[in-house]
Parts: sequence; C-alpha cells; structure tokens
Amino acid sequence: MAETLFHKVWDLHAVRRLPSGQTQLFVGLHLIHEVTTPQAFDMLRQHGWRVARPDRTFATIDHIVPTTAVRRPFLDVMAEDMTVALERNCREFGIPLWPPGDDNQGIVHVIGPELGLTQPGITIACGDSHTSTHGALGAIAFGIGTSQVRDVLASQCLALDPLKVRRIDVTGTLKRGVYAKDVILTIIRHLGVQGGVGYAYEYGGPTIERLSVDERMTICNMSIEGGARVGYINPDETTYAFLKGRPFAPSGGAFDRAVAWWRQLASDRDARYDDRVAFDASTIDATVTWGINPGQSVAVTEPIAGDPRDEAFAFMGFQPGARVAGTKIDVAFIGSCTNARLSDLEEAARLVKGHRVAPHVKALVVPGSRGVSRAAEARGLHEIFIDAGFEWRGAGCSMCLGMNPDRLEGRQICASSSNRNFKGRQGSPTGRTLLMSPAMVAAAAIAGEVVDVREKLEEVPA
Amino acid sequence: MTHEHGRVRLQPDHAGLQPDHAGGQPDQPAAAITTIAGRGLPLRGNDIDTDRIMPARFLRAVSFEGLDEHLFEDDRAADRSHPFNDSCFAGAAILVVNANFGCGSSREHAPQGLARAGIRAIVGESFSEIFQGNAAIIGVPCFAADRADVEALQAAIERAPDTTITADVGSGAITAGPLRFTARLPPALRDAFVSGQWNPTAMLLDRYDEVNQVAARLPYVRGF
Repeated sequence: MAETLFHKVWDLHAVRRLPSGQTQLFVGLHLIHEVTTPQAFDMLRQHGWRVARPDRTFATIDHIVPTTAVRRPFLDVMAEDMTVALERNCREFGIPLWPPGDDNQGIVHVIGPELGLTQPGITIACGDSHTSTHGALGAIAFGIGTSQVRDVLASQCLALDPLKVRRIDVTGTLKRGVYAKDVILTIIRHLGVQGGVGYAYEYGGPTIERLSVDERMTICNMSIEGGARVGYINPDETTYAFLKGRPFAPSGGAFDRAVAWWRQLASDRDARYDDRVAFDASTIDATVTWGINPGQSVAVTEPIAGDPRDEAFAFMGFQPGARVAGTKIDVAFIGSCTNARLSDLEEAARLVKGHRVAPHVKALVVPGSRGVSRAAEARGLHEIFIDAGFEWRGAGCSMCLGMNPDRLEGRQICASSSNRNFKGRQGSPTGRTLLMSPAMVAAAAIAGEVVDVREKLEEVPA
Repeated sequence: MTHEHGRVRLQPDHAGLQPDHAGGQPDQPAAAITTIAGRGLPLRGNDIDTDRIMPARFLRAVSFEGLDEHLFEDDRAADRSHPFNDSCFAGAAILVVNANFGCGSSREHAPQGLARAGIRAIVGESFSEIFQGNAAIIGVPCFAADRADVEALQAAIERAPDTTITADVGSGAITAGPLRFTARLPPALRDAFVSGQWNPTAMLLDRYDEVNQVAARLPYVRGF
C-alpha cells in the first residue's frame, strides 16, 4: 500500500498499543542538553532506573554556554552549575557528552546532522521544540518535555498519538535574494502559527528538492512555529551525499545498504495525505516578521496589515500600513539552530565583505557549532566579519533565547536570523525581534536599518 | 493564599505533582483523574507562548522548584491588571485560555509552574501539542472547547470569581453555575486520565522484551 515516510517510520518503530490507547514508539536517537534534563535524571535516580540505551543517547551543552570564553569554571555561576550537573549525569549513566571546548560541541540540532547521527528513517527525540530540524534528512523527530525526556532515558520509548500528514508542495524558482527562511516564514504566514497542530508537515516539490540539506534544515526547523511538531523532507541523493563520510554515518558497504533502505522509506508517489497545500516559490519575497509571533510576517517592502488593536502593534511600535524596510536596528544577530550553519555564514559574509557595520549597531555572529566555526575560519569568513565590525563568537544558542549573557537590553530592536519573535524572547522583556534570513541580517547590520537584501545583492558579485 | 507585592501566590503544590506520581512504580498506577473542581482564572489572548508563561531566564536551574513564583513574570510587570496579579483569582484551580495556548518552546517549566501554582486543569479554545502533552504527563488535562463557550466561561469568572467550576474528564462536561458546555480531550489522553495511566513510564518499561525486538529489527540499530 502506498504510504508516507511518516507512516512507514512510525510503523517500524511502534512497539505496541499501550493500555492508555497511545502508541509506544521506539526512539532511535535521543539528544540531550543541559536545560531540559537535570530534573529527568533526578526522577531516574529517585526511581532507581537506569538509562535504557546510553549507546543511543548523546549530550552536548548549548543553551547556557557563554560565547565569549569557554574557560571553566564559567563566570556565570548558574551556567557552571548546569554544566556540572549534565557532566555528572552523563558520567553516572554512561552517556557520551560533548562539553564546551570540545571539537564536537554546538547547538544540538546543528551537531546531530553534522556528525551524521541524524539519518533518514530514524525516530529522534530531544527536549527542545526545534528537534523538527532533523526531519530535513528524512528522520521523524519530536520535540519533547522533561518528563518525556525521563521516559526516553528510562525506556528509549515515547507514548504518543499518531499524527496526520500534510503535504506542502513548493514549486517554481526562488528569486535572487529569497532564501529558505523566506519560504518557511511565508508558509507559516499563510497556514498560521496553529495550522500545523496535529500534523506532521512533509515538504516536497521541485523547489524543496533543489534545496541543500542546510536549507532544508531551516525549513524543517521552523515547522514548530507553524504548530507542526514534526516536519520532514523525503531523503534523496542530496541527503545521501550529505551523510557520506560523516563520523556517525555508516561507511563502506554498510553505507550502500543504508542508502538502499533509506530510498524505500521515502513517501510513495501515490501516498495518501490528510491534507495538501501548494506554494509558488516565484511569488515569495524577502520576508521579515513585524509582530510577536512567527506568523506575523510581510515582504520587507509590503505594508503591514492587521487589526490595530492587536497587541503586536503597540509592543513592536509599528502602525498598520507601515513597512518594515527602513526600521532602524540596534542589534544584528546571525545565529541559532535555524540559520547558523556554514552556508548561512557564507551568504552573510558575501554581503558583509568590504563593508562596515553601522556605528550604532551591535552585530554578532554565533556559529551553530564548533564544526561550523572551524569550517568558517578555514575559509576566512571570521576575518570578513571581524573586519566589518561583527563580533565573532563561540558556538551556542546565544541570543536566540538569551539564556546566556547575550541578551537584548531595554526596547532594543534586533534583526535576527533566529526562529522566534515572541515578547521577551531575546532576553529583554521589552526587546523587539525582527526575524529574517541571515543575508537580510547582514544587510541590515551594514545599513543600520532593515533593507531589502536584493538591493544589496546587486552590488555583490554572484 | 497570600497577596504580596501585587503578585498572587496561588496554592503551592497539588496532588498531581506529588513525587509518587512523577514516574509511578511499575506495579502502582498513578491516581485516576476524573473530575477537577475549583475556582477559575481567565486569561484572555491567543497564541500565548511558553516564553511568556515562563521566561527563559527562569530555566537557568536544575530543578522545577519555585517556578510558580515566575509565571508570566514579564507580562505581569508590564500590566498591573494581568489576571495573575489579581487577588480575586487567587487559589484558582482551573485556568481558562483562548487559542493556541502554550505554543513555542517545549519547556515543561511552563506547565510545571502552572501546576505548582495550583492549576489542575486548563480549559481553552486550543493548545499547542507539546504543551498539552507536557501538561498531561504531570496530570493536568487541557480541555478544548468552542470559542463562544470559552469566552462565556471567562466572562462568568470575571463577573463572579468565586464560582466553582467543575470539569468532568470522562464526558468533557464543564459546568460553572448555570453555564454548562462540553469540551474535548484527545481520546487517548482522556482514557489515560480516567484509568490513572497518564504517566506512561511504568507502561513503557512493562514487557520490555517487545522493545528489544523492535530495536533488533531496525537496520540502523543493527549497523546495516
């Protein structure tokens, strides 16, 4: 029977129907970090449970890690305490950990794919909503809470209800200066921040198929901003080429056998979907959020529409009918699990090269992982950013959510390549976030205000 | 309940958070949750995300203790009339919200904070999936109801905060004085609450040989 990848993977991992009516689902890969796990380990100890599959569990430290220096102990006492707690838990339960300073450390959703841990057909869980990122390689990945982290640690399983599958087809050619970030912001704008509740989003169609794995991760990453807990893209030659040679990917003959298995997991051509929607990529413009949820976006030159009583207008300081282009910014942040991979930094650097950050703007680049840092530095990207006046930081979540010292102050406006523009998200209760592609952030940093990146790209050699 | 510095302290802790429920021994099912009764707390607004419920800086901790102190901390500071600042609603057990409540981050700290403040059920137009699951696993059902019903309930509580609201898990019946309507829970969650199986760890550890069989069949576990 023709089926979707979601259902094939679900069925392969379903252990049994629980007495509660939920499905017991085996988790192939459990990624953990310092923020959502200490209470789970405490619950394990309280019950005398061990970690069922330490061989399928990997840990790193990303949310609270300072990006200025990794010298221990951290000056930030709470960051040190949380790091020590995860180090102790990993030691006690035999879980591999990539701590600050380690070559493999980074944002959990960046290092999973980078190390080849994330593979097609695997079920993945992590105590972080952006776990949907891993779907870019054809994995089915669930963001979970701490009590579920406890369950996965104890049993390597989750109790879940199956999801419906919505196919999102994207066809047509993206205009120059329009990126994966603009595609997903546009999808969320049209389907709503709640439209995906109860669904897994399967992204496909020629436009998606042409995207690199990095770009696919940007799309899948923000599925949760559209309400979809799971987002994925069927594995294809791009996926296999990405994985080949990565440390945890199969190698030699095993790689060929893996590809054969991965190939038949992709959704069948005539698979039935619970819903289908289509987007024409050629109509998508450089997009930016103006409000306080990721669905509140417009093309950068488009007037903002909406009910003036919406609290987003007062909070952000916009009026209906205004355009975001021309908005003066205070901070430019290139980082996060959405847009801090090598290709993001390369595109941003292309716009930055030979320019200076506007004097009133604090600009920082926070690579998604130590691996991204190394690769970027090998290409000299750090020098381009530093010469332009950007701060070149260590890897971590940083100003995406302000759990480390990187935070907005007061009502600062930040042009940000991250994923959430919620009130207070970037560490200041009154701070304001404008989500956009990393290239747009780079252009805004130079101009000192939000600009249409396409105007700037005309000055850059292709 | 106390009212200090313009902040409402709701009741600390409740049965759903007793340590025995946070895991359950394999032979001891968690307690059944069949009805929740108590006063209400109306919180109007759509798309209230978990960053607003529990700002990220309060996740800088290795336990969930004291999170009730920081619920909606920034919203409360910005708006003195925020319902969580209003002593009229102190001691509430049932939070009444609008659409897409709990969207965004998967932080369990948000429902943990609510539960530690005495919230034992949430009635709303709709919920984020992760939030609903995180609330369920600590014994807090999230009932979804039609907008008109939710708004009527919010208005009823605002008029008479002392009204006792009753939520029946099995039928979904919500009653508040003369107001009565039916709300929905996902069937598996509903059954799990009624049968005392809302905390799944024990079930997941039961019959573990079946888990090993599934794992052993997966090519990637076997190393291709």
